[in-house]
Amino acid sequence: MKERRLIMGTPVTVEIVGGDSADLEPLFGYFSRIDEQFSTYKSTSEVSRINRGEVTPETYSPEMLEVLSLAARTERDTEGYFNVRTPDGILDPSGIVKGWAVRNAAALALLAGHTDYWVEAGGDIQVAGRNADGGLWSVGIRNPFNEKEVVKVVYLTDCGIATSGNYIRGNHIYNPHTGMPVLSAIVSITVIGPDVYEADRFATAAYAMGENGISFIESLDGFEGYAIDISGTATMTSGFSRYAVQPASGANDTE
Amino acid sequence: MKKFIASTTFILAFAVFAVFQNATAQSNLIAVDSAVPTTAPATEDTSALPPKKEIATTAAPSEGKYKDGTYTGVSAYAYYGQVQVQVKIANGKIADVTFLDYPQDRGTSRQINSYAMSQLTQEAIAAQSANVNGVSGASDTSEAFKQSLTSALSQAA
Repeated sequence: MKERRLIMGTPVTVEIVGGDSADLEPLFGYFSRIDEQFSTYKSTSEVSRINRGEVTPETYSPEMLEVLSLAARTERDTEGYFNVRTPDGILDPSGIVKGWAVRNAAALALLAGHTDYWVEAGGDIQVAGRNADGGLWSVGIRNPFNEKEVVKVVYLTDCGIATSGNYIRGNHIYNPHTGMPVLSAIVSITVIGPDVYEADRFATAAYAMGENGISFIESLDGFEGYAIDISGTATMTSGFSRYAVQPASGANDTE
Repeated sequence: MKKFIASTTFILAFAVFAVFQNATAQSNLIAVDSAVPTTAPATEDTSALPPKKEIATTAAPSEGKYKDGTYTGVSAYAYYGQVQVQVKIANGKIADVTFLDYPQDRGTSRQINSYAMSQLTQEAIAAQSANVNGVSGASDTSEAFKQSLTSALSQAA
């Protein structure tokens, strides 16, 4: 069964193959709780109370401590390209919470005994097992120049995928003097990793690195990436193409 | 096989590197090819590729919607840094958009590039069948970009 709801300001999709709505409910409930806790838009959230100085670190929730610790680690792992505090010191962990929440919700499905599922929040996807047709989960990479299209399809199981990007709809950016793309020529970078949290945080950091981002992903063990630049050229890591091949020998074959 | 791939992509990698170096060396001046991103005309849904450069350079002049001048937008937060743009209006339309602040150049790890760059391959993107279980895509900086640009344009209105 598959269902989509709007939570955390983003479409959250859960599909559990062979499951029913009672199986989906705990996952949606988890996303709603995380939203209540981490939303920067809700004045009652823990994040908002921290930003108003109403909460001291000693009384932070375990989830908040975990997210802050993960954020600190990510900042180190990405040479400062990832930061959950604005220059004004305002805490905004939304850049790390989404992937983290998807991974945790997927863990709930696993703990409940499910083997084949898709858990997604706004394009950050964790998959396990097989889809309803018995094949690998097919994930399209959205065309950054046309949100209705996909420009690449990858076939996944037991991993996570996330995309960080910059879709300036109906416009493009170039140097008027040379006609060459400038600044960060990269408009979208998709990362496949061992889980969606890892894929998400490295996609975010790699995108912030601009042209160097895809090389950064190449340098990481267990990660592959697909970066699209302003000219419509994709640059992929050395192991990426193996995900782009649909298994030819039948959907039900094991890998 | 890995070595074969590496060697066949070696020359390509140099080309890529040269292009990137070239692109990085260029000025921060950029231009946006239509009047206002927030009221942009419908995108060309039939094409997988971005609009060709000629379209941008020959963008039809629209009636003067904005007052000529140079306007600076607010510095908007994209969670890995600040985005701030400056808009130049000429003949009532956007002539240039300059990034005054952009989260891209803090402590870049240059040493990984020479190795990692040689492993990369490239292709032109093309529309695929959308018959998939789902889609991965995102929008981060664009929100900050739009926020800063909108604020700059509000001063020109």
